Amino acid sequence: MNPVTLSIAEQGRLLRAGEISPLDLVEASLARIAALNPQLHSVTQVFAGEARARARQLAAQPPGGPLWGIPWLAKDVLATRLGRTTCGSKLLEDFRSPYDATVVERLEQAGAVLIGKTNMDEFAMGSSTENSAFGPTRNPWNPDCVPGGSSGGATAAVAADLAAFALGTDTGGSIRQPAAFCGIVGLKPTYGRVSRSGLVAFASSLDQIGPCTKTVEDAALVLAAIAGEDRRDSTCLRQPVPSFDAALAAGLRGLRVGVPRDFVARGLDPAAAEDFAAVLDALRAAGATLVDITLQRAPACIAVYYIVATAEASANLSRFDGIRYTRRAAGARDVAAVYEQSRTQGFGDEVKRRILLGTYVLSSGYYDAYYLRAQKIRTLIRRDFEQAFAVCDVITMPTAPGPAFKFGERTADPLQMYLSDVFTVPANLAGLPAISIPTRVAAGLPLGVQFYAPPLGEPVLLRAARGLETVLEFERLGLRGAA
Amino acid sequence: MEITEGDVRHLEALAALRLDAPARERMRGQLQRILDYVDQLNAIDITGVPPTYHVIESSNVLRPDEVQPSLSNDAVLGNAPDAQRGFYRVPRFVGETEEPA
Repeated sequence: MNPVTLSIAEQGRLLRAGEISPLDLVEASLARIAALNPQLHSVTQVFAGEARARARQLAAQPPGGPLWGIPWLAKDVLATRLGRTTCGSKLLEDFRSPYDATVVERLEQAGAVLIGKTNMDEFAMGSSTENSAFGPTRNPWNPDCVPGGSSGGATAAVAADLAAFALGTDTGGSIRQPAAFCGIVGLKPTYGRVSRSGLVAFASSLDQIGPCTKTVEDAALVLAAIAGEDRRDSTCLRQPVPSFDAALAAGLRGLRVGVPRDFVARGLDPAAAEDFAAVLDALRAAGATLVDITLQRAPACIAVYYIVATAEASANLSRFDGIRYTRRAAGARDVAAVYEQSRTQGFGDEVKRRILLGTYVLSSGYYDAYYLRAQKIRTLIRRDFEQAFAVCDVITMPTAPGPAFKFGERTADPLQMYLSDVFTVPANLAGLPAISIPTRVAAGLPLGVQFYAPPLGEPVLLRAARGLETVLEFERLGLRGAA
Repeated sequence: MEITEGDVRHLEALAALRLDAPARERMRGQLQRILDYVDQLNAIDITGVPPTYHVIESSNVLRPDEVQPSLSNDAVLGNAPDAQRGFYRVPRFVGETEEPA
């Protein structure tokens, strides 16, 4: 048994029993990356020397908590002092962060071993990882298909067992949609549950960091390590982080699961519709109570999202000006030209599109019509969820309208690409925690289903997900051909 | 809302980006299509609804004002494309367009 194929919990048991060492796990992950990554292109930087040194250092100490000695990968939008922090952009190709993101520090303190960084859509803008300036990542289930995005490198890496877990970021579904496309678990915590310090901002009111894992239990282990108050992020919530152990063991019996049937019925492909019906049957059979709910404004979420997210992005990305960060256009004669040429040369098409759209919705004369209106509808969306959670404990819906699509299939039409986020975006707009777990494989590609919970409802979210995971018995990819 | 070529040029100027003519026309069409889609929001009644500025409502989060270590000047300037003697070095921008008196 190659230990890289195991979950965090299983690797941890072997480590604490002394059957394997942290260095064994690091070597196994590095060998796996060497064997599979040339094809996948999910990992863009490998920290072999540093990871080995860290593993040796850990081995000299007594075993620690659940993440002690576990190799992991960081999406390249998270600041790490190791290596570069590129955000998938040419503009930051040589950027070396002078500090670690809070989540990176916390995992370091927990004894986890950072072994590399993963590919992503530039500045986390995209749903396929085709927008990376460093080339796309392939879906390990089918190399002709995208892994989803924007955390596609992270989810492909975990699906292919390059590491037991990765951290991704989710602004409109960027953890959950690629997790579904790659057949793994992806968790977006409540807005503010995890510090964003050291996360290069895309849309500050929507961004959250979360785990990409093989199991729901592992997602809980990682969340417990990274969540909680941080003096470096004033939007990070002060509420204590509860233990998730009891919730993981509670099961589905008696759980009230809301089903927004009208919303879900719109635009699901046949395989996804059939799969979702089977999930509802499984929930009912396991003792959950299904409750019909209405999310009246859910169909408006994509439109609201592409106003709010692009507005925030246009402001956040104004810091990349050719003065402070790595790349400056050569030959620009004055400051205005430095700004314009550095940005024009440094940003890819999708980033430019979103900056221009965000600039438009914030510009004089349009602010009320677009941005302010969108923020008001966002209030209505939050109220819809508050009403729904009065009659149910969690809400379920598919993660994406269908399985992973082919390369190039949606790049010509940005709106078509945006619509693939229809079921994930509402959680970000309302700040809710949400999780995607794999359900089954149809025509060689995995499908996923989500749960949403009320703010800070991570325990009940994990309870529902663990309960469904247990009855579905999804068989993970298990790629062969590597040591 | 109709997006014209002039609108896209104006946005480029505001955002400090420059598109060439074919890219500008492509961008114009894409922005038009996205804004047409977004127009569905006009059908929603928002009378008396306050905007969301923060999804998890909390107010005046305070902490003790204690001095903490911060990054050194060298660490911050380490990524600058051009720095000198502890400062960012930029092209001259004062007086460059003024005619000599």
